[in-house]
Amino acid sequence: MLDRETPFPGAARIGLTGAPGAGKSTLLDALVRELRPKGETVAIVAVDPSSRTTGGALLGDRVRVRSGASDPGVFIRSMAARDQLGGLAESAWSAVVILAAAFDRVFVETVGVGQSESDVAALVDTLVYVATPGTGDALQFMKAGILEYPDVFIVNKADFGAAAKRTASELRGSINLGDRGVSHTEAAVILTSASAGEGIDELVSAIDAHRQKLIDDDALRERRLRGREIQLLGALERRYGAFGIEQFGGRRALREHVRQDDSVSAFALLARLGLEIEEALRKSH
Amino acid sequence: MTAPENARRDSPWMFRTYSGHSSARASNELYRTNLSKGQTGLSVAFDLPTQTGYDSDHPLARGEVGKVGVPISHVDDMTALFKELPLEKMNTSMTINANAAWLLALYVATAERTGADPKKLQGTTQNDIVKEYLSRGTYIFPPEASLKLISDIVAYTVDSIPKWNPTNICSYHLQEAGATPVQEIAYALATAISVLDLVRSREDVPEAAIPRIVGRISFFLNSGIRFIEEICKVRAMAELWDEITLERYGVQDAKLRRFRYGVQVNSLGLTEAQPENNVIRIVLEALGVTLSKNARCRALQLPAWNEALGLPRPWDQQWSLRIQQILAFESDLLEHEDIFDGSHVIVEKTGELKQAARRELDVVLEMGGTVAAIENAYMKQRLVESQTARARAIEDAEITVVGVNAYTNAEPSPLMDGQWILKVDESAEQEQVERLVEFRSKRNRADVESAVQNLDDVLRNGGNIMPASIRAAHAGVTTGEWADVLRSLYGEFRAPTGVVATEGSGGSQATANTRDRVHRLADTLGRPLKILIGKPGLDGHSNGAEQIAVKARNVGMEVVYDGIRLEPGEIAASARDEGVHLVGLSILSGSHCVLVIDVLDKLRELGLGDLPVVVGGIIPEEDANKLCQAGVRRVYTPKDFDLTRIMSDIVDVVEEPSPAA
Ligand code: B12
Ligand SMILES: Nc1nc2c(ncn2[C@@H]2O[C@H](COP(=O)(O)OP(=O)(O)OP(=O)(O)O)[C@@H](O)[C@H]2O)c(=O)[nH]1
Ligand SMILES: [Mg+2]
Repeated sequence: MLDRETPFPGAARIGLTGAPGAGKSTLLDALVRELRPKGETVAIVAVDPSSRTTGGALLGDRVRVRSGASDPGVFIRSMAARDQLGGLAESAWSAVVILAAAFDRVFVETVGVGQSESDVAALVDTLVYVATPGTGDALQFMKAGILEYPDVFIVNKADFGAAAKRTASELRGSINLGDRGVSHTEAAVILTSASAGEGIDELVSAIDAHRQKLIDDDALRERRLRGREIQLLGALERRYGAFGIEQFGGRRALREHVRQDDSVSAFALLARLGLEIEEALRKSH
Repeated sequence: MTAPENARRDSPWMFRTYSGHSSARASNELYRTNLSKGQTGLSVAFDLPTQTGYDSDHPLARGEVGKVGVPISHVDDMTALFKELPLEKMNTSMTINANAAWLLALYVATAERTGADPKKLQGTTQNDIVKEYLSRGTYIFPPEASLKLISDIVAYTVDSIPKWNPTNICSYHLQEAGATPVQEIAYALATAISVLDLVRSREDVPEAAIPRIVGRISFFLNSGIRFIEEICKVRAMAELWDEITLERYGVQDAKLRRFRYGVQVNSLGLTEAQPENNVIRIVLEALGVTLSKNARCRALQLPAWNEALGLPRPWDQQWSLRIQQILAFESDLLEHEDIFDGSHVIVEKTGELKQAARRELDVVLEMGGTVAAIENAYMKQRLVESQTARARAIEDAEITVVGVNAYTNAEPSPLMDGQWILKVDESAEQEQVERLVEFRSKRNRADVESAVQNLDDVLRNGGNIMPASIRAAHAGVTTGEWADVLRSLYGEFRAPTGVVATEGSGGSQATANTRDRVHRLADTLGRPLKILIGKPGLDGHSNGAEQIAVKARNVGMEVVYDGIRLEPGEIAASARDEGVHLVGLSILSGSHCVLVIDVLDKLRELGLGDLPVVVGGIIPEEDANKLCQAGVRRVYTPKDFDLTRIMSDIVDVVEEPSPAA
């Protein structure tokens, strides 16, 4: 596996989240059509919930990305979110890290179920929330708790006309109402029609602008580190449990380790910290 | 026994046989023989490239040309198809949908070329796109654009070809995709409403024409083995149609509100095991739509005894035609008034179906009609659910299928000695392509270009597609060129598969055991068993792939299924990207030899030569052997109805060491 991650900042990592049927896959298809002719390579990780009782999962139908089926510059991997309830698969994280080394952009599609936004946010540089016309008013957006993490908001199916405009202004209103960090206040709300390929260039510009701002503010490195921290801690916790983490000296100590070793690849670090925890566990016996 | 001399007999329904294969010329010969045997109407089957808007030499047409129907790439093909047939007197039914406007244009152009008056043409273009997304699979463009095309044909024919049935709303295919009688009624009526609402909203259609247009809408139904329920279904549909056309469209003339329908009886229930039993099923199903005089079909086509084995030969189709003739001419079926009038059993059952269908119809209408209910996959998901329930009931022997899950001990069938299906001449494709290339070289380039330009202009301005298409037909535009104009204007559509991750973990003990095996295998593999179900080529038969996908998930596998009509290269690339442990291909169109080998080659090119591949579908035994020699690990056919056993077999395949290549 990869020894080192790609040079910073490397590939753009972009999350797409939103209710089932919001048009995320159709948007990805449109994005591929927009980006490929410009020579950019694109990887897509589509995460679907798996059945809790059988462990089985139906993947694929959600990935309606056809433009690149036999184009080596497009890669699509669908996976089941089997690790956490409604959350992201640990494997999604590894996939993003690995694919970021080989593609210009890595997109992650997940079904938004409220709390999973924070998971995707930790995985990507830019999180895009996909709303659809008539999905709710300001209050509902706030209640759903979807306003905190996304960096770019879009209302897809803009071909529905007035209803889409209404939703966009509701959304704009609630973003300002919401308790968001300063850097978020100017979060964009863009109207797109994925099926007609409209608003896609704007979406790309908004994504790029957001990322550029992070780079200019020197915030991208911090965001990546935070994401890595969350993922590594999560992975170690799932593997060794709270007890294991305790033996190592607790979450804080672990976090510090992760921070210090920011030049080491995440996988190497995961392996090393794992060994150290195992060592600590052995000693505790 | 003979009928009493003075008995008044109703005239029989129209006898049809759905047919066509190889080439226009071969099909023309077939039609002429069939007509000479007493068949009274023609029912044209087109091959899949024609139905999906590709010329015979398009890469996607490979292996499909002339297989399941006749290839029609241009006006010369159409002219050859109807050579020496009196078009003004014929009643021609064409199973054509996404590009119905084009095939109708070719038919009109053929009439004009041969001196027949288009106004006198009689027949039907199937032209129902909704059931293509839900079941039949030969759609091209997105729903809204497709419905606009349908309304163009309706608006055009009402005055220009007044005896034409511009659209034949199909519930037949819904039942074949698993629909219950209620779903069949509700979704077909919802489709008719979408078409009529759209036609009514057109500026070029005067309000006064609506009743006449309503009167030209016909239906195409299924008739299953539960034939008493089917009688009630048809009566329910007729009553509902009468109500809807009066209430919604204000049609006052009762004659124009009549529910006119043709039928193909159920084929889904025809079995590969003990295939001779199918004849009995077909007879019973035919009764369902002929017994009740007030709800009798206008036209009937019957499948053949060897339906589940492959394409029928002329003799097989003749046997089915004889069923109709015996029913109509030997029995006393046509001598009586409606024998069910006054039966409280029939009345009650009919009422129940009507009520339930109204409810389901309202669900779809409230959602925004069929376009919305296709895009959000509502209807397709309901069909897959029903099909899943049916598959499980057969597997668990909750419903009896003689010869399949009961009474399986049988004598070998003498019908299956030697050859028992039609073999399409493999040279047909090559010859068709040669004719096409020659045709292209002979036409007037300028005429073609200006006709194509005109078609594009008309469509961009929202005009009616028919006149521009007829002009294009005369100019020598081809099926693929016509469709390309529309593709670039409307885009192409991929319909939702309807296979959703609804919670479902039940099933028999065998299912639970298989699930355990799948979980244990996951431990060995280090991650869950992940498989890809692929449908290469133009084949639209999705039932098998869907049921395998649902079952695989149910036993704990991760399943990637992207729907119908993918290129072999797309499937191989997807297998690589997705990192699956096994690829399962499903092909029922008869082009398995070409397509499976293509997928195997593509996998090898990607360095996945060791990835196990299994295949399912209508695969004759000798082909199955061929495929296994080419590296396929297992081949499944309809007789393998036990899905749990297939799953456990798949676990075996993944566990087996790969045979050193
Ligand atoms: C239902 C049906 C349809 C439905 C399909 C609905 C749908 N969405 O699936 C409708 C009415 C739409 C239809 C249309 C047509 N049909 Co049709 N259809 C059938 C029919 C009656 C049953 C098929 C079926 O669904 N069976 C139920 C499923 C569950 O079974 P199955 O697919 O065989 O799958 C089982 C196994 O094969 C295996 N399996 C299958 N796939 C896979 C995959 C994997 C990975 C595994 C492990 C196992 C596996 O497991 C399953 C479990 O038992 C068959 C005849 C028959 N009785 O078999 C004809 C048949 C397949 N159709 C046929 C034809 C010609 C057509 C048309 C092309 C006609 C035309 N000219 O227009 C059209 C167009 C379809 C298209 N776009 O391609 C021919 C094909 C001829 C050939 N192969 O030589 C057949 C054989 C009928 C015939 N004798 O003429 N059809
Ligand atoms: N009218 C309209 N329909 C759209 C648009 N974008 C997507 N759709 C349709 O919405 C439906 C769902 O689209 P998908 O792209 O599968 O949505 P998704 O968000 O990926 O859905 P899940 O993966 O199931 O969560 C499909 O029928 C699309 O054709 C749009 O811009 N306008
Ligand atoms: Mg999706």
